[in-house]
Amino acid sequence: MKLRDRNSIALGALIRYPLRTLMMLTATAMGVAAVVVLTSLGEAARGFVAAEFQALGTHLVIVIPGKSETSGGGLGMMIGQTPRDLTIEDARALLRSPAVENIAPLMVGSASVTYNGLERESPILGSTPELLDIRQWTMALGRFLPNVTSERGAAVCVIGEIVRQELFREEPPIGKWIRVGDRRCRVTGVLGSAGRSVMVDVGKIVVIPVVSAQSLFNSPSLFRILIRAKSRESMVAAQNDVKRIIRERHQGEEDVTVITQDAVIATFDGIFTVLTFALGGIAAISLVVAGVLIMNVMLIAVSQRTREIGLLKALGARQRQITALFLTEAIFLAAMGAVVGVLLGYLASSGLGLVYPDLVFRPPLWAVASAVLTALACGVIFGISPARRAARLDPIKALAGK
Amino acid sequence: MIKLDHLSRYFQVGDQSVHALDDVTLNIDTGEYVSIMGPSGSGKSTLLNILGLLDTPTDGEYWLNGINTSSMDSDAHASTRQTRIGFIFQAFHLVPRMSAFENVELPMVLAEMDKNERHQRGHRALERVGLLSRVDHRPDQLSGGERQRVAIARAIVMEPRILLADEPTGNLDTVSGKEIVAIIEELNAQGLTLIVVTHDPKIGGHARRRIRLLDGKVVRDETSPAVPS
Ligand SMILES: Nc1ncnc2c1ncn2[C@@H]1O[C@H](COP(=O)(O)OP(=O)(O)O)[C@@H](O)[C@H]1O
Ligand SMILES: [Mg+2]
Repeated sequence: MKLRDRNSIALGALIRYPLRTLMMLTATAMGVAAVVVLTSLGEAARGFVAAEFQALGTHLVIVIPGKSETSGGGLGMMIGQTPRDLTIEDARALLRSPAVENIAPLMVGSASVTYNGLERESPILGSTPELLDIRQWTMALGRFLPNVTSERGAAVCVIGEIVRQELFREEPPIGKWIRVGDRRCRVTGVLGSAGRSVMVDVGKIVVIPVVSAQSLFNSPSLFRILIRAKSRESMVAAQNDVKRIIRERHQGEEDVTVITQDAVIATFDGIFTVLTFALGGIAAISLVVAGVLIMNVMLIAVSQRTREIGLLKALGARQRQITALFLTEAIFLAAMGAVVGVLLGYLASSGLGLVYPDLVFRPPLWAVASAVLTALACGVIFGISPARRAARLDPIKALAGK
Repeated sequence: MIKLDHLSRYFQVGDQSVHALDDVTLNIDTGEYVSIMGPSGSGKSTLLNILGLLDTPTDGEYWLNGINTSSMDSDAHASTRQTRIGFIFQAFHLVPRMSAFENVELPMVLAEMDKNERHQRGHRALERVGLLSRVDHRPDQLSGGERQRVAIARAIVMEPRILLADEPTGNLDTVSGKEIVAIIEELNAQGLTLIVVTHDPKIGGHARRRIRLLDGKVVRDETSPAVPS
């Protein structure tokens, strides 16, 4: 039997039994759509986390007080203990490395911020003007900590957009004096709302000079030192230099952890890729369930069409031809289900994109391709046994409908 | 052309053995018109099924065109059915979702004939049974007699040497039945070997050679010198 004839006979049979066709189509389509949607969900999560870390800034090297046991990267280092303080002097010393372009010491705390009787509790960042560039933040208004260095503070501060709204409402904030904890400072600028970081929402923070933060929180110890390396290539050199300089300054002890944003991204990337694979795998199970359904419905089809099979045999059909005919039907069903499933999957993904505009839902091509292939494979694997059964029917009994 | 040599067919039903055909020896030549008659259960269908290679004998031999059919494998049986034997059934056995032409086309599709030839042969066969005006009708749009004519067209479209008909008029009214008999007799007149199973003595009496079965045995086998009309 020629392929074209086989296809048209199979198609004719599928059209003739629309309910059966629709049922199997739906089952396969759901399975394929599940793979597409779930993997696109995994990818979206991965993309989101990667973008969050990317937002930290480029060529970023981070120094954290305390030695982490694991050296590759991960969450452990972010909560490392503090055996020896990391100081502003340490931070300044890092500028000796030729691989380091810029540094920003960072202190983090929390304090109440008040203006004109209005008050809110805010995360307080103590740093230097370099922070703006390293974190690649933008200014919505005014300037970022003018005339401040790592040695010298000033009674100035920069506030986030949400802080501005809550304290100032319609009032222009620049030049106004606000109270941060027990200190007063003049607002020199408002941060742009574009910035988001892994740790805090930029809109809710208040940035003050690092020296002011030290006295506000009554501690010389830095939370982090953020470093921008000269280039991507110099990040490793910068990392090594940082360790060496700190060791020199800390009596030969390397009691800091130095991470690069790349390492963190790579770690999360790995975690989320595994997650995506797992989601895809779980969804693929539903495809196999669809395959079992294909088998059962094809078996019903064989018994429904027993007379037709008997007739084909009487007309000289070989076993192979009858097997091929029923297998073609199963594969057609799987293929149509796959196409519908891919469409549904993409549709659902864009639907999710509308609900969660922060995430990018794009089904990964490998997942779409393997879902389609799995569906087709199910069609073949689960179609073969009903097709064989049809081919082996006794022609006389089949003609009698038995 | 057809030679049955001490052929038997037993069916095992429980621990009982049913002799559907019991030691049948027969020769049928090319171009003959044979009717097989006998009461229900006498083995007529079983004989026809064996002649059509849909069934195999338990004992004895069936020689077709000088070849012992038991030496052929199932693919060879299939291809013999395809090219040399045409079947007509009491229940027509048309595929309901296919048009008259598509039903007639089916054996040619299985034989991988090309589209042009299928078209020509299919229409010629439908013309021979007088159904050219119904090529696109589906079986449920045809009368019983017309359905059987489609089945005849399908049986002859591969230009077989033998036409086997099992109660071809059994589901038809008298008028349609007569038409069908006329058509297959005409095919026989053109050279096709015709073997008809029937329990209708009027139809069976038409045949030049009349075989009577009883309990799986040939009890009578007579040939008239001339075809009565
Ligand atoms: N598949 C079968 N299994 C068991 N017995 C059968 C089978 N086919 C036919 N028979 C028996 O063989 C005998 C002949 O049947 P059949 O050839 O159909 O008779 P007819 O066509 O003359 O009515 C009957 O007794 C029938 O019951
Ligand atoms: Mg019978």
